[in-house]
Amino acid sequence: MSLMQILKGDRGGQLFLLVLLLAVIAVPLLNALPAGHPAYVSTYTVTLLGKYLTYALLAVAVDLVWGYLGILSLGHAAFFALGGYAMGMYLMRQIGDRGVYGNPHLPDFMVFLNWQELPWFWYGFDHFWFAALMVLLAPGLLAFVFGWLAFRSRVTGVYLSIITQALTYALMLAFFRNEMGFGGNNGLTDFKDILGFSLQSDATRIGLFIASGVALGAGYLACRALVQSRLGRVAVAIRDSEDRTRFVGYRVENVKLAIFTFSAMLAGLAGALYVPQVGIINPGEFAPLNSIEVVIWVAMGGRATLYGAVLGAIAVNYGKSWFTAALPEVWLFALGGLFVLVTLLLPRGIAGLFHRKGEAT
Amino acid sequence: MLRIIVTTLLLCLSTPLTAAEIETGDKMLDTAFAQLLDRDFDVKAAGVEMLAGSGHPQAGELLRGLLEGELRYLNQPARLVWMRERSGGKFAVDVLDGTDHGEFSARKFKKLPINNAMRAQIRSLLAQLELSDPNPAVRLKSVNAMLENPEPEHAALIRSLLQKEQESAVREAMHVVLALAGLTATEPERRRRAIADLSDSLEPAVRNGLTRLVNNDPDAQVRADAASALRKIEKRVVLFGHLETLFFGLSAGSVLVLAAIGLAITFGVMGVINMAHGELIMLGAYTTYLMQQLMPGMIGLSILLSIPAAFLVSAGVGVAIERGVIRFLYGRPLETLLATFGISLILQQLVRTLISPQNVPVSNPDFLSGLWQINSVLSLTYNRLYIFAFCLLVFAGLFFVLKYTWLGLQVRAVSQNRAMARAMGVRSARVDALTFGLGSGIAGIAGVALSQLTNVGPNLGQAYIVDSFMVVVFGGVGNLWGTLIGGFGLGIANKVMEPWAGAVLAKILVLIFIILFIQKRPRGLFPQKGRAAEG
Repeated sequence: MSLMQILKGDRGGQLFLLVLLLAVIAVPLLNALPAGHPAYVSTYTVTLLGKYLTYALLAVAVDLVWGYLGILSLGHAAFFALGGYAMGMYLMRQIGDRGVYGNPHLPDFMVFLNWQELPWFWYGFDHFWFAALMVLLAPGLLAFVFGWLAFRSRVTGVYLSIITQALTYALMLAFFRNEMGFGGNNGLTDFKDILGFSLQSDATRIGLFIASGVALGAGYLACRALVQSRLGRVAVAIRDSEDRTRFVGYRVENVKLAIFTFSAMLAGLAGALYVPQVGIINPGEFAPLNSIEVVIWVAMGGRATLYGAVLGAIAVNYGKSWFTAALPEVWLFALGGLFVLVTLLLPRGIAGLFHRKGEAT
Repeated sequence: MLRIIVTTLLLCLSTPLTAAEIETGDKMLDTAFAQLLDRDFDVKAAGVEMLAGSGHPQAGELLRGLLEGELRYLNQPARLVWMRERSGGKFAVDVLDGTDHGEFSARKFKKLPINNAMRAQIRSLLAQLELSDPNPAVRLKSVNAMLENPEPEHAALIRSLLQKEQESAVREAMHVVLALAGLTATEPERRRRAIADLSDSLEPAVRNGLTRLVNNDPDAQVRADAASALRKIEKRVVLFGHLETLFFGLSAGSVLVLAAIGLAITFGVMGVINMAHGELIMLGAYTTYLMQQLMPGMIGLSILLSIPAAFLVSAGVGVAIERGVIRFLYGRPLETLLATFGISLILQQLVRTLISPQNVPVSNPDFLSGLWQINSVLSLTYNRLYIFAFCLLVFAGLFFVLKYTWLGLQVRAVSQNRAMARAMGVRSARVDALTFGLGSGIAGIAGVALSQLTNVGPNLGQAYIVDSFMVVVFGGVGNLWGTLIGGFGLGIANKVMEPWAGAVLAKILVLIFIILFIQKRPRGLFPQKGRAAEG
C-alpha cells in the first residue's frame, strides 16, 4: 500500500501529518533562534511538546483497539509503563559508575538494598538494541499472553475492561515492591545519557522530540494502514457484531489478539520515548487512573478516527499544563466538566465536529 | 559533743511525718493512713495490712496506687492525693473527697516510699482483695493474672477460695491455676493428673509448663502424657488461628462488600459504569465528619444519625447525577464511564475546595473500641465485629427492598426488559432515578462505616473504586448474592495469603486470580441466565 492509498479519504489524517511534519521541522529551527526572539521556543517547551507527542502515540494505540476493535482497555498505561521501564533500565545501565555510590556493576538502588549482583532480568540492558527490542517485546508479550487467555475465553465488554484494569493495578502493586528489582517506590531516575549523548544537552532533547514526532507519524501511518487493510475491516466487523463475525467464519480471537498485541507494542514504544524526556519512570505510571485518562483523551478527540486521539491527547495535556500552572484549583473542575460536557454534547469528540452527519468512520 | 548534735539532728529528721493527721471520720482508716505515712517500713506494712482488711471500697485502688507510685502525700494541709493525667498535664486530686489540688509537682506531692518486701505483701493482698471482689469479672481477671505470673503461694490462696466461688468461669480458671501448680508436684501420679486436667486449656502459661515437662521431667510416662496433651492443645491453637484468619477475612470482606454493594446496583442492575461511586462513598464519610462537627461531645449518637444523613446526601447527589447526566447515556455503558469519571474529579475537587485538601479527623465512639476475648488465643475486636454485622444488615435491607417492595419489583422489571416494563406502565425514568439514588445512598452508608476504619480524605473513594469493580465482576454482574459471596471470598483469600505472602503480594495474587477466574467464567461467579445475559 502506498502512502496515497493509506491516507485516501482521511482528510483529518492528512492535515494532522502535515502539521506534525511542519512541527518536527519548525520547532528545532525556532529553538535555534536567540533566546530573546519573539518566536523562540525554549528547550523546556520542546521537551514538553515531545512528551505530548508520546502521549499522542499512546492515545493512537488505545484508539486502535477501542475505536476499531471495540475493546475498551483500561490497562494501556501498563504497556506504556513497561516500555518505559525497558528504556529506563537501559538508561540506568548507561549511568555506569557515575551514580551516587559509584558502583560500576550495580545501579544505585541495588547498592542501597545491599544486593550483590545484577538480577538476571537486567542482563542485556547495557545494549541499546536489546533494550529497544524489549521495549516492544515486553509489552507485546504481556498483551499476547493476556489477550490469548481473555479472547479465547470470550471475555468481552465491561468484563474485559475491568480485568485490564486489574492487570495494570496488579503490576503497579508489584512494581512498588523493592524485591521486584525495578527500584520500588522511587522507580528509575537520575539518567545521564542515551547512546552516548547527554540527556541534559539541548541537542539530545531536540533529537528526542524529532524521534517522538517520527514515531508518532509512523505509528499513525501503521495504524491507518492496518484499519484500511482486510484485517482492519474484520476488526470493525467484530466491533459492531462479534457473534455475527464469528458465525461468518472469521477467527475472531486471532484478529483481536493480533491487533491488541500490536497496540500494546505501540504503547510500549510511546513509553520508551517518554521516559528519557521526563527523566523518570516509577510505578505511579501503572496507576489505573492513568489508563482511564488516556481513554478520556481518545473520547475527547473522537473515537475511531486516530487523528482525533492525537488531537485529544495534545489538547487535554496542554490544558493540564496550562491550568496547573495558572489555576491549579480549577483544573480538576475544568477537566471533570469537560468530560461530562464532551460525552453529553460531543459523543463523537472534537473530530466529530468536522464530520458530516452519517459519514462513515 | 559533736556526736550528740549529729544524733539529735538525725532524730529530728526521722520524726514521723504524721504531725498533721488525716481526718476521715473512720477511726480504723485514720490509723491505717497514719501508719502508712510512718517512716518505719514495719509500721507501714501493718498499715497496709489494716487498710486491706478494712473493707473500705477504695482499699484496692489505694494499694495499687501505693504500688505504682500514683498515691502521693501532701504535707500542709495533710492530704493523700492521686497523681492523675488529663488533657496534656498532670494534676493532683484528693483521694477522699476528689477536690482538685492544682497542677502536680513531684516536690510538693511526695511519694510514699516502699521496699521490696512490702511490694510482695501488697501484691498478695491485692490478689486476695480482687479474688474476693463482688464483681466476677474482676475475680476472673485476677485469676488470669496469676496464670501469667505463677507464684507458689497462689495455689494455697486459691484452694481456700475455690469452695466459696460460684461463678463457673472463675472456677474453671482457678482449676487451671491449681493444676498448673500440680505440674510441679513431687509424685509423678499427681503430675499426670494435673496434665490430664490441663489438656483442654489454651493458656500460654499451660503450654509453657507442659513444654518444660516434656523436656525435663524425669518420669517417662509423665513426659509422654505431657507431649500428647501439648499436641492436642497445639492443634486447637492452630484451629483458633484459622478461625481468627477467617474472622479477619470476613471483616475485610465486609468492607469490600459494603463498598461494592452500591455499585452492584448501579453497575450490575442498571449497567451504568459509575466511576464516581468511590466519591459517593467519600461523601458519606465526610457527612460523618460534618455530623460530628455539628454535635460535639456526642460521638455515638452522631455516628448513628450519620447513617441516614449519609444515605440522604449520597442518594441526593446520585439522583442529581442520574437526572443531569446519566439518563442521556443509557445504552452506552462505556460512555457513562467517561462522564462519571469527570463527575468524580469534580466531587473530589469540591471537597478539597470546600472543606480541606488534607485528611479530616473522624473520632470513633466508645462502643466500637475494645475487644471480645473469647479465650486466650482468640479475641475479636468490636469494630470489626460491628462492620461485619453492619454489612450483613445493609445487605439484608437492600435485598428486602429489591425483593419485596414495589420499587424493587419495578427495578427488576426495568433491568430485565426496559421496553416491556414501559409497555406494562412502569415509569422507567423515575425508576432509573430511584435505583441510582438507592445505589448511591448505599455507597454513602458504606462511607460512614469506612470513616471508622480508614483516613477520611478527598482520595478515599479512589482507594476503593478498583476493588469495588473487582468484587462486582467477580461475583457476577446483576447478582447481589454474587457480590456478597465475592466480597467475602476475596477478603478471606487476601487474609489467608497475607501471613506467608505479605499484604502487597497477597493483593497481587488475588488480582491475578480474578483475571484468571474471569477467563474460566467470563460472567462471574453467579452469571445471569437467559436473555438478560446477552447485553
